[in-house]
Amino acid sequence: MSTAGHEEAAANAPTAGEYIVHHLTHFNSTGHAQKDIIDFSILNVDTLVFSVLMGVLGLFVMWRVARSATSGVPGRMQAAVEIVLEMVNEQAKGIVHSAESRKAVGPLALTVFIWIFLMNSMDFLPLDVFPNIWQAIVGDHHAYLRVVPTADLNGTLGMSIGVLLVCIYYNIKIKGFGGWMHELFTAPFGSHPLLYPVNFAMQMIEFLAKTVSHGMRLFGNMYAGELVFMLIALMGAAWAGTATGVFLFAGHVLAGSIWAIFHIMIVALQAFIFMMLTLVYIGQAHEAH
Amino acid sequence: MNLNATLFAQLVVFFILAWFTMQFVWPPIVKALDERAKKIADGLAAAERGKQDLELATKRSTDALREGKEKAAELIANAEKRGAQLIEEAKLTAKVEADRIVTGAKAEIDQEAVRAKEQLREQVASLVVSGAEKILRREINAQAHADILATIKQDL
Repeated sequence: MSTAGHEEAAANAPTAGEYIVHHLTHFNSTGHAQKDIIDFSILNVDTLVFSVLMGVLGLFVMWRVARSATSGVPGRMQAAVEIVLEMVNEQAKGIVHSAESRKAVGPLALTVFIWIFLMNSMDFLPLDVFPNIWQAIVGDHHAYLRVVPTADLNGTLGMSIGVLLVCIYYNIKIKGFGGWMHELFTAPFGSHPLLYPVNFAMQMIEFLAKTVSHGMRLFGNMYAGELVFMLIALMGAAWAGTATGVFLFAGHVLAGSIWAIFHIMIVALQAFIFMMLTLVYIGQAHEAH
Repeated sequence: MNLNATLFAQLVVFFILAWFTMQFVWPPIVKALDERAKKIADGLAAAERGKQDLELATKRSTDALREGKEKAAELIANAEKRGAQLIEEAKLTAKVEADRIVTGAKAEIDQEAVRAKEQLREQVASLVVSGAEKILRREINAQAHADILATIKQDL
């Protein structure tokens, strides 16, 4: 999010720490911050609503294009969607060599790219706009709301676990359950009874590392990006009361602009990286060791 | 940074969205792209064919033109030859005709000459006879010497 609209924070005069903590707390099903690290009785409503919203928005636009897609001269919108689709399809062709699998993997990768791009793009909206609107609607100045679903570990890990499940599906589909089991115990070190546990442990670590790093990479980038916007917002917010504040205000505008422009690249890059890794992992599931 | 049930919800949303794309977004666009690629390929192939056809037609037309020219030249040459031949023939015919006329005329002239000679001979004979008669009237009987006179007439 960019850094306009921190008046609310200034008016209530929370400390910098409070401001940030408040902005990093999800609007969840309990209505107050989650205490435990892992608690599966809680649902982050804001993450879900905004991710579904972004997914539906992206797919609706593409669906409308797809419905009226013509093989003749395409309109601008169709051309734009075609460019993205061709880009994804080209990448998929280079990584997943089974044409049959690509019929499912291509759309999956396209969904991932568009969806994550849109979710990441929520970061461009002014930092306090949605929280303030939400606080006005519910009439609670301390209501929590976070609008970037990919800055929530649940969101990104949910997707990376989805990719893991797809990988397991293709492992079994391509190699057969027995073949996959054989691979789990004999690769990467070789087929020897003494090496079976080592191989299996390595494979498990590999799957775990892939999935966790896949989700964490996106989450970390977006979370850090959001945090930097918050810090920039705080710098600007501090100007009101002080004589040297005008420099802080200038710093806010300058740093905010630079970071927002840089963030455009991060948003697109992270969406692309997540999509590419999805393809790479699924491609690996197709290859016997 | 806490984990909770959102994870599973997101997982479900992920698959629903992917399924939707798989079902309703990807296939029509890919179909349109493939069709367009085929159209373009067909168009290029047709253009190539058209170019080849044009080349062939150009070649054929130059051939036809050359052939026509050759034929025309041949016709003209033939006609000239034939013309010369006709003139030659006409000259020959005319010469033959002229010869024939000349020959005819000569024959007629000869005939006329023979006839004139005959007449002349007759006249000379009668002149000789009458001259001889006049001479012999005094000495010879015309009847008695008629056979001699006839012989003389014959010899003339």
